[in-house]
Amino acid sequence: MDRAEVETRIRSLIAPFNKKGADIADATTFAGDLEFDSLTVMDFVAAIEDEFDIIISMNQQAEIENFGQLVDAVCKLSGN
Amino acid sequence: MTGDLFSKFDDIIALRQSLLAGGGEDPFSLVMEKVLSPTRAICNGRDTILLGTYNYMGMTFDPDVIQAGKDALDNYGAGTTGSRVLNGTYQGHKECEEALKEFYGMDHAMVFSTGYQANLGIISTVAGKGDYIVLDIDSHASIWDGCALGNAEVVPFKHNDIEAMEKRLKRIPEGAGKLVVLEGVYSMLGDIAPLKEMIAVAKANGAMVLVDEAHSMGFIGEHGRGVAEAQGVLDDVDFVIGTFSKSVGTVGGFCVSNHPKFEVLRLVCRPYVFTASLPPSVVATAATSIRKLMHGGEKRAHLWENSRTLHGGLKQLGFQLGTDAPQSAIIAVIMPDLQKGAAMWEALLHEGLYVNLARPPATPANMTLLRCSLCAEHSAEQVQTILGMFERAGKAVGII
Repeated sequence: MDRAEVETRIRSLIAPFNKKGADIADATTFAGDLEFDSLTVMDFVAAIEDEFDIIISMNQQAEIENFGQLVDAVCKLSGN
Repeated sequence: MTGDLFSKFDDIIALRQSLLAGGGEDPFSLVMEKVLSPTRAICNGRDTILLGTYNYMGMTFDPDVIQAGKDALDNYGAGTTGSRVLNGTYQGHKECEEALKEFYGMDHAMVFSTGYQANLGIISTVAGKGDYIVLDIDSHASIWDGCALGNAEVVPFKHNDIEAMEKRLKRIPEGAGKLVVLEGVYSMLGDIAPLKEMIAVAKANGAMVLVDEAHSMGFIGEHGRGVAEAQGVLDDVDFVIGTFSKSVGTVGGFCVSNHPKFEVLRLVCRPYVFTASLPPSVVATAATSIRKLMHGGEKRAHLWENSRTLHGGLKQLGFQLGTDAPQSAIIAVIMPDLQKGAAMWEALLHEGLYVNLARPPATPANMTLLRCSLCAEHSAEQVQTILGMFERAGKAVGII
């Protein structure tokens, strides 16, 4: 699975959480641009974890602020 | 110009001011001027029924407990002024640990200065770098702070969701140490955990299990050992965390365990080592209370009766409750929003009833709750009085 494919899959997972239909780019932040609260973060992270069969621990989540960082982290965690 | 480090609190200050702007009483500045019994106090000048303490078994005014404390004050003084591992272990601390071992039927007991420190210390010490802590997202702040103090990877799962927990356990890299952290009773909604199923899954995946039984001690399970005992899985729990500030009726925390190497924690657990031990009077009251709780069968039955009556009565009045059936001594009444919740809290206080107002971030799903916690010393008559107060206040505020 290359980065482009990971990105496409994450984009489709974000859609139901992207209530305001904001444009998603690498620099889009979850807390700021997408206004994710802690409950949304938990549900969204669970969706990503299930899709890629990985764990993103809270320690790792703390390093992920924007979409691009998430794609990179998922690529790394799923062994790409 | 110096940046004000307090700017980050501006939102909280504004929210508090807007709540108080209506001229109401401040839910977070209540003073009890006199405490008349485990269930009655003079609050802000008013004779008030207490329905928001964790004094589940009413032990705070037990004459034997009080006498034990007075004797210890006379014989051992007001405080230890030292750490448990230096000059802070008195005869009373050992006797308190003996009482806990007997109460739980376990090999080891370690007493901390608060329940908060027990979670902080055990979790941060047992799970180290490279280990994984898998925990319920609705865990108490002391559990989260224990995770934050340590160096383990922290992996939360959806509240009481067995499948979500299992999936995460199975994804942990091979060879990594695993600690599953659960609570018997979750104190915000008063619901219990399916410990039997969850602990079986944890063990099948090679994890050690810690269960916080703070809100179940003394009245859940055949011997009052908690939800794990009630569900027949206490033997599979590696660490039980508990507190003296609820059913026991004083302050302090503990961990009991059958782990053969448990005693080493006294040397390596920083929140145990680097703080002063409990005063002699406190451990004496705790030990006496724990021993009395072993024989509290009748009180236990009355507490459950109170819980059922209040739950059924509030439901009938039309209030929305945190659980469909009473699962513990906590009954959470769900408020439509913080404004209505604060108004209802104040109306109840004017009626002469104290309950806990709980709001985000302490609550799950951003709910505002009026949390009622019952005591074995509430009379059946008091519970009916409480229901009448809820009816009048609920109608006045427009919630029912």
